Amino acid sequence: MSKTITIDGKTIPFEDGQTIMDAAMAAGVYIPHLCHQPEFTPHGSCKLCTVKVNGRNCSACTYPAMDGQDVLNETEELIEDRKRITQMLFVEGNHFCPSCEKTGNCQLQAVAYHLNMLDNHFPLFYPDREVDASHPEVMIDHNRCIFCTLCVRASHEKDGKDVFAISGRGIHKHLIVNAESGLLKDTDVAATDHAAHICPTGAILIKRTGYQVPIGQRIYDHQQIDQVSLATEHPKHGE
Amino acid sequence: MANKIRVATTSLAGCFGCHMSFLDIDERMLQLAEVVEFDRSPITDIEHCTNCDIGLIEGGVCNSENVHVLREFRNNCKILVAVGACAINGGLPAMRNHIPLEECLNEAYLDGIGVENPKIPSDIELPLLLDQVHPIHEIVKIDYYLPGCPPSADVFWKFLTDLIEGREPSLPYELVHYD
Repeated sequence: MSKTITIDGKTIPFEDGQTIMDAAMAAGVYIPHLCHQPEFTPHGSCKLCTVKVNGRNCSACTYPAMDGQDVLNETEELIEDRKRITQMLFVEGNHFCPSCEKTGNCQLQAVAYHLNMLDNHFPLFYPDREVDASHPEVMIDHNRCIFCTLCVRASHEKDGKDVFAISGRGIHKHLIVNAESGLLKDTDVAATDHAAHICPTGAILIKRTGYQVPIGQRIYDHQQIDQVSLATEHPKHGE
Repeated sequence: MANKIRVATTSLAGCFGCHMSFLDIDERMLQLAEVVEFDRSPITDIEHCTNCDIGLIEGGVCNSENVHVLREFRNNCKILVAVGACAINGGLPAMRNHIPLEECLNEAYLDGIGVENPKIPSDIELPLLLDQVHPIHEIVKIDYYLPGCPPSADVFWKFLTDLIEGREPSLPYELVHYD
């Protein structure tokens, strides 16, 4: 007999080695997430996928599924928690959607839309952060980095390059690149790298492509991230 | 008609784009006018708020006058609404938050290209600039938020009709945009 967990009362099968996120996605159940992509080692840092497992909060992307787990996902309390987490991500950086070319295609924005986040709740930090436009094809706008490490993992695991890393702790945490100058132009990053396309926000962008699709016709302008996520990150549900 | 719902509006550190978008409700304005009366607003030219039901605030807070106006609205409006990106997160004017105020003034009035008679304005009538631009929820309590740059006419319409008809205002997915 196959092993199962329940998510919001729905029975979900899983195989040994799968996380709660893996099992949920395979069953077509969306759990909000930003730092997780099924093709990379889970990181568990954004905390958006917080679910209640047998009464305790856990990150669904890192927590192993175990037979008989009672998982709560879409509860009012967890949705409110996720909204607060998303608001913290917004106020900690400089996320000005009207002036960002990623708007409409941005997963941070899309999660916020999905959670019906209408305000920031917290005072804004307005941190001083740099833009690295030194590379001819790829740019980093540190104002929008949420330290999800997807670029770090993509560069290491997929591109085999280790272009990106996170340095510093707490409020001083920041994205760095693998060059003595600290500039992207002196790394071996290429516009074709997986890492250059994985950013869930507008922090890493390919130059001269930002407005090929007009605002209003972009991914999340008409589709919610739960549908997009299940269709693209776990294609069998999008067919 | 007595007992019309009184609405006040203002633009602080904004561009009046939200007001323009509000006017985009077009002929629905006539329907609105049957139940709503405008108090202080660029639409009426009334200078100070009296008791109002709804206050719509466009823009963030960038100078001392913005703070006074915002507090006047809070003191007089039962429901205060942050309208648009700048009211909610400071928006475009807040991009100066990373540049010292003196540098901003020097660039605009002394060193900028094409500046004639360079002099930093210092008339006593001018409100003093704050060192940083702030979203309005950092100054007063805000009851509702209408995101967007600007929020579409349909956002204004949905929000106001919800309130007028006694429903808890809500914005469906299609109406929530930050851009």
